[in-house]
Amino acid sequence: MRVNIDDYRGVWVFMEQKEGQLLDVGLELLAAGQDLARKLEVDVCGVLLGDGVKPLTNQIFEAGADKVYVIDDPILKFYRTETYMKAVGDLVRKYKPEIFLYGATSNGKDLASAVATDVLCGLTADTTLMDVNVEKRLFEASRPAFGGNIMATILCKKHRPQMATVRPKVIKRLPPEPGRTGEVVEEVITLKEEDLKTKVLEIVKSSKKAVNLEEADIIVAAGKGVKDAKGFAMVAELAEAMNATLGASRDVVEAGLCGHERQVGQTGATVTPKVYVAVGISGAIQHLVGMQNAELIVAINSDREAPIFQAAHYGIEADAFTVVPMLTEAFRKELSREPAGEETEETEGVTSRG
Amino acid sequence: MHILVCIKQVPDTKIIKVNPKTNTLDRSSAPAILNPYDAHAVEEAVRLRKIYGGKVTVLSMGPPQARNAIRKCVEIGADEGILISDRRFAGADTLATSYALFKAVEKIQKTDGVDLILCGKHAIDGDTGQTGPGVARRLGIPPLTCVIRVEDVDVENRTLKVHRKVEEGYEVIASTLPSLLTVEKEINEVSWAPLPNMIRAARYEPSVWNVDDLDDVDIKQLGLKGSPTIVGKMWPPEKSKGAKMISGDPADQTVAVMKIFMKEQELFTKAGRKN
Ligand SMILES: Cc1cc2nc3c(=O)[nH]c(=O)nc-3n(C[C@H](O)[C@H](O)[C@H](O)COP(=O)(O)OP(=O)(O)OC[C@H]3O[C@@H](n4cnc5c(N)ncnc54)[C@H](O)[C@@H]3O)c2cc1C
Repeated sequence: MRVNIDDYRGVWVFMEQKEGQLLDVGLELLAAGQDLARKLEVDVCGVLLGDGVKPLTNQIFEAGADKVYVIDDPILKFYRTETYMKAVGDLVRKYKPEIFLYGATSNGKDLASAVATDVLCGLTADTTLMDVNVEKRLFEASRPAFGGNIMATILCKKHRPQMATVRPKVIKRLPPEPGRTGEVVEEVITLKEEDLKTKVLEIVKSSKKAVNLEEADIIVAAGKGVKDAKGFAMVAELAEAMNATLGASRDVVEAGLCGHERQVGQTGATVTPKVYVAVGISGAIQHLVGMQNAELIVAINSDREAPIFQAAHYGIEADAFTVVPMLTEAFRKELSREPAGEETEETEGVTSRG
Repeated sequence: MHILVCIKQVPDTKIIKVNPKTNTLDRSSAPAILNPYDAHAVEEAVRLRKIYGGKVTVLSMGPPQARNAIRKCVEIGADEGILISDRRFAGADTLATSYALFKAVEKIQKTDGVDLILCGKHAIDGDTGQTGPGVARRLGIPPLTCVIRVEDVDVENRTLKVHRKVEEGYEVIASTLPSLLTVEKEINEVSWAPLPNMIRAARYEPSVWNVDDLDDVDIKQLGLKGSPTIVGKMWPPEKSKGAKMISGDPADQTVAVMKIFMKEQELFTKAGRKN
């Protein structure tokens, strides 16, 4: 809403939870929120909705919040746009935060979009950099735009709150401070189940094997340079030896070598692992936007001119069919030197990460 | 059943170039295409029409050239197209865009009724996915985002069921008609246009409405004026210095890269497990 912006104070973070478990992204955003709040000399506050979620407030304080707004009601057991939008919209209208961050998850994005229209304020999607102009109390949310071709800072001068969604793993969480506490503010929701239009009938969890690239710490990804199923299997073996999750470029997915759930890039997963190994991937912009924030990128490619070498930290110009098996061998040797235990035995890392 | 699909014409971000002097996009460098996700929304609407009967109308806001994107939708099988085009819409962010589309939907509702609205997951030039839910909020109908399957549309009883993709799998949601769905690309494969559609599309002229054709429009909520967000600065993403190349024959390279990896030995022994 176009409002008297001086009425709005404080930085809020939406604390998404599922089945009573807080998602990591909310805890990460408390770190970013705390930084902004300290600069603005205001509180950073968590917003927690759900059924029986009150015990989670401790964890939110320990992760850096000064205050938590809680609405604990059976009607909020599962995420639904209509209930969550109403609850969050009412909180915003009553307590007037100046900045409000959400994790860019399926539900976080859905909620932020609905709330932005409900209270008529600005919203920046998939923010990767955050800062604030303290004097003007202006939130500077920057994000890649146009398929990653350019970075843009989005500002919202006359409306409050200034809202943004942020992808998981973009921000590092603070180390939890055990025993840290703060103020709990409880509110209620006025909706009744019989007035609602939507109902969550069922949540079908994909089998344990499901690929969770977004959460992976190590990813080994195969590109079209591996040629066929045999080459792909060779990269899968390396992934297994490295305890890594296996990823792929779009061309590999389209060639039918693996499912879309493994695709990294603009139309696949955006990943931020600690280590990303690209094997036979050329490094098209649509691939790069999905992995360029990895902490350590190692590229293996036979073409010295491949653009992936621009994005990588280390490059190995070599035939993947020679060097990948050697690397697999090296990892097997190196990691088996660890005291034998369940950790080194575990091979599940290839296909799953939790 | 009358299905409305909101679509957008976008520059092909694969080809677009950035002007290094001004740090703005050189739009002339990229051809304008139908937003790829919207093609899936149109395809799904056509599929539903085949099952439940009715009509598929596409709605777009954009410059006059966006008629081409609407023609593309006719190729896929849409029956009608409406373009809202006016200088007063220009510079709209997602909030202002959702207002303009909402006003157009209201007008369409008056004459035709609307049972279902479909949108693509997001537009590849903005990557926000915020416009669809915004339109739903303004219409006061349920937004269902991340849809990967539509089933059990019951036109009589005004209900439907969808599968909604979430991180851990999918949710089965029951909702009421009308609802607004934003669809993921997994929902279908966009099929090749049959020849008769192509012929029809080539000659098709969508209806074009300007602001004055819409009812009760609050001009202040349109375009740049109605947009809370503005773009501050733009800059090219940091060009990395490029990789440090590891030299030698493959055996040397393996040894050298292992040294780099083994600085993080603990990571490799612990990975694959939740921390
Ligand atoms: C709208 C849109 C969205 C897209 N989204 C995505 C996306 O999400 N993810 C994605 O990945 N792509 C995406 N793409 C496609 C992208 O543009 C590229 O086409 C794709 O990433 C190329 O895949 P690749 O690198 O595996 O294959 P190629 O470009 O064919 O590269 C193969 C590489 O392997 C190297 N090579 C060949 N033989 C060997 C060998 N023996 N040893 C070592 N190296 C070898 C070659 O030098 C080459 O660099 C998208 C495109 C569009 C238009």
